[in-house]
Amino acid sequence: MPLASSNEPAIEFDRVVFTLNGRPLLENLTLSVSQGETLVLLGRSGSGKTTTLKLINGLLMPNEGEVRVSGRSTKQWDPIRLRRDIGYVIQDGGLFPHFTVERNIAVVPRIEGWDRERIQTRVHELLALVGLDPQLASRYPSELSGGQRQRVGVARALAADPPILILDEAFSALDPITRSEMQKEFRALQQRMRKAVVFVTHDLREALLLADRIALMESGRVIVNLLAEEFSRSQHPLVRAYREAFSGPPESR
Amino acid sequence: MNFLHFMSANRQQVFELTLEHITLAGVGTLIAALVGIPLGIVITRIPSLSKPILGGANIIQTIPSLALFGFLIPAPWIGDRASRLAILALALYGLLPLIRNTYAGIRGVDPAVVEAGRAMGLTDRQLLFQVELPLASGVIVAGLRIAAVLSIGLATIAAAIGAGGLGEFIFRGLAMVNNQVILAGAVPAALLALAADFLLGLLERRLNSLRLRS
Repeated sequence: MPLASSNEPAIEFDRVVFTLNGRPLLENLTLSVSQGETLVLLGRSGSGKTTTLKLINGLLMPNEGEVRVSGRSTKQWDPIRLRRDIGYVIQDGGLFPHFTVERNIAVVPRIEGWDRERIQTRVHELLALVGLDPQLASRYPSELSGGQRQRVGVARALAADPPILILDEAFSALDPITRSEMQKEFRALQQRMRKAVVFVTHDLREALLLADRIALMESGRVIVNLLAEEFSRSQHPLVRAYREAFSGPPESR
Repeated sequence: MNFLHFMSANRQQVFELTLEHITLAGVGTLIAALVGIPLGIVITRIPSLSKPILGGANIIQTIPSLALFGFLIPAPWIGDRASRLAILALALYGLLPLIRNTYAGIRGVDPAVVEAGRAMGLTDRQLLFQVELPLASGVIVAGLRIAAVLSIGLATIAAAIGAGGLGEFIFRGLAMVNNQVILAGAVPAALLALAADFLLGLLERRLNSLRLRS
C-alpha cells in the first residue's frame, strides 16, 4: 500500500513573497516537505514562522510565488476543503471552551457529516492514541490540565486523518516535564503515522528531537535548511548562535 | 398601604392593564431583538457599517420618549393604532443595547478560538452559529435584559398616546392628584421590571458560564 505513486512533495513553497501593509514578512521563500517528513521551522519571534504556516492552510495567500499543497496551488483549492485536509495544532490547544472534549475532537468529522457511531469510535480511538483516559470525553477544556488540553488539541487535529499536520508552538505553554513527555510521544506517533508535518518552534532542543529537517528562519527568510544531524554540526554563524544560546553555562554540564 | 385596597377593588382592571403592559413591552423587546441581533452580527462582518448603525441607534436613544411617540403618529398603518405605535417606539429604544451587546459579544470571543475554528475548515456560517454566537450569548442576553427593563419602564408612557398598559393608572392618578392610583400603576410596573431583570439575569449567568469555562 505505501510506495506513493509519485514523489511529489506534500507541501511546496515556490519563491513565496508575503507582505502585510507594504511590509515584507516573507521574502522569496522556497521550501518543500514530502509525505512522512517532519520539517521544523526554527526561529525567533517575528521571523515569519507562523506566517509560513498560515500560508499552507490558506489563512493567508502569497503576494508572489505559489504555495502548493498536494501539487495544487492554495489559490486553486477550495479553502474550506484545504483546511479540513490539514490538521492544525496551536499553543494551549485553542479548544472551544463551550464544547466537551468529545465534541471538540469531533468538530471536523461532524461538519464532514460522519454518522454518530463512526464519530464515537473515532473519538475513543484518538483519546487512546494521545494517551488520555476515555472518561475525560465528557469534560470541558477548563476542567483539564494544560497537558491534557494539548493532547486534546492534537487529537482534534488528527480526527479526520488529514495527510498533513501543522503545529504552531504546540508544546510551548507546557511545563518542562509534560513538554518533554509530549515531544517524545509525538515523535513516536509520527513514526507510525508518517504524515507530512510542519512544526513551528523557537526551541532548538525540541527542533532537534522532532525534526527530519530544520529550516532556520530569520527576518522572513530561510537562512539554512538542513537535515537535523547536519544542523547540529553546521558552522553557520546563526546556527552556532542558536546552539550557544541553548547550551547553557559550562559548569552545568 | 391604601393603594393595595384600591388595587384589590379594581383587580380586574389591574390584571388587564398588566397584561397589556407585558404585551407592549414584550413585543417591543422581541422586535428589537429580531432586528438588533442580526444588525449586530452584520456590523461584525462589515465593519464600515458599525459607525453609522451604532450611531443611528444611539441617536434614537436620545429622542425623548414622548416626542418619539409623537413623531411616529403620521406613519401609515402603524399610526392607525396606538398600541402599534407604542410597540414600534419601544422596539426602537431597545435596538441600541441589543446591537451594541451583540457586536461587543462577538468581538469579545477569544480570537485564537475563532482562528482555530477557521483553520479547521469551518465555514463562516458554522463559525457564527457553532462558535461565535454561543460564546457571545451571555453578553447578548445582557443586552436583552437592558432592553427589556428599559421597555417595561418606557411602556408606562405609552398610556399618554392611549396605548394602554399600567401607565393608564399613573396618568389617571396624576390627573386626579391621587397617589393611590399612581402607585397602583407604578408598583406593578416596577415589579415587572424587577422580575424581567431577575429572570434574564439568571439566563445570562448560565450562558456566561459557557464562556468562562475557557
